[in-house]
Amino acid sequence: MSDTTTMTGQIRVLVAKPGLDGHDRGAKIVARALRDSGMEVIYTGIRQTPDMIAEAALQEDVHVVALSVLSGAHLELFPRILDACRQRGITPENTLFLGGGIIPDEDAEVLQNAGFSAVFGPGAHTGDIAEYVRAHVPGLDRS
Amino acid sequence: MTTETSAPSQLSGRLAELEERLLSGDRRALARVLSWVESGDQRGRDILRALYPRSGRARTIGLTGSPGAGKSTVTNELAKVFRARGQTVGIVAIDPSSPYTMGAILGDRVRMSELYSDPDVFIRSLASRGALGGLSVATQDVVHVLDAYGKDVILIETVGAGQDEVDIAGAAQTTILVNTPNMGDEVQTLKAGIMEIADVLAVNKSDLPGANRMVSALKALLSLNPDHGWDPPIVPIIATQGEGIEKLAEACDAHFEELESSGKMQTAELDRARQQITSLARARILRRLHAEAGEERLVKLATDVASRISDPHTAAAEWLAGL
Repeated sequence: MSDTTTMTGQIRVLVAKPGLDGHDRGAKIVARALRDSGMEVIYTGIRQTPDMIAEAALQEDVHVVALSVLSGAHLELFPRILDACRQRGITPENTLFLGGGIIPDEDAEVLQNAGFSAVFGPGAHTGDIAEYVRAHVPGLDRS
Repeated sequence: MTTETSAPSQLSGRLAELEERLLSGDRRALARVLSWVESGDQRGRDILRALYPRSGRARTIGLTGSPGAGKSTVTNELAKVFRARGQTVGIVAIDPSSPYTMGAILGDRVRMSELYSDPDVFIRSLASRGALGGLSVATQDVVHVLDAYGKDVILIETVGAGQDEVDIAGAAQTTILVNTPNMGDEVQTLKAGIMEIADVLAVNKSDLPGANRMVSALKALLSLNPDHGWDPPIVPIIATQGEGIEKLAEACDAHFEELESSGKMQTAELDRARQQITSLARARILRRLHAEAGEERLVKLATDVASRISDPHTAAAEWLAGL
């Protein structure tokens, strides 16, 4: 059957901003870029707690959880969000976790070891992010 | 090409397990089933068939209105009122898909953050995926699943509607039209379309100047309506402050009671079923047409029409003949 009518291939992405910083321009630009590459982006807005983000990821059954933090609290917040997701059965095996923000390389490594598939910094091209998502979503175990 | 399966009497092992988890209240199972139902996956159809007899118990309320009228905020506030009454709530929020890329930004959740921590509220965002009436093709199916899951009240928030997106009137038992002050002169309220489908009229942002005039204009409009046994109440609200929301919920209650006592509920349910059957049949025919009559043939016909060798009506008939 043609995917243009059933759209089984539609990628759904949650874009969320945890923590207290209100700088959501980056998150919005990424959301817009993913939209323009044909994905459905659920945008939650700013100041989300880990539980709020995990609950939104669960209810929306997204393929991708993309988080943006610019306050420097990423090592604090990202793992807590991952935990809140894991408690709900949402894991790096069945969902792509992406981080973004002002994140030093050594911190990016820590996050990648924790389960984040990739971390994108200020120099990242939005097109590369969309391409990354497309390349990695099909490998997820969503049976 | 798989679609035309006849009803199996039972679900296979894995689907049966998922259905059982869903019926026992597992939110993740619910979320996955909604994804399948939304994308037209065969597994979704199978589970929906099994769940359908359990639906039909929820109250459904649709909210429509222009972009920025405050639909998401009103939805959020209404959900709080129903939760305070002890009722469980499902929310289906629809935003438009890009006609070019089919991508979408689904941003209704931004106004609903305070509901996330309540396990008895389940919010699902849908992209319109090319449907035009303010809903998505799968909206009814998604509502049926939430209904079978056991939600007491289901709020359906449409795409920001213009004048003609009236599908919500067929999809929900009660339709709220969210207006705001200063939306144009009285002629706007005289026009056909969206103004006609409201069972309840909310005037949001009623702390803004022009609110009283909006209420008067709506009253004047309604006074000209023929008597159908129900006068849509006009409720001024300030959604961001929760003001008037209790009254709005009561207006919905009154409409619900009127539907029940007048016997209109059954007629409306019949209309809804009829509408869903015809729209699904239409979609199936279109799919078959693309598959059987073929894209190539369509391109050829389009070329003929564009170069004036044929005309659109003749071409459509010729394409259909390929079925």
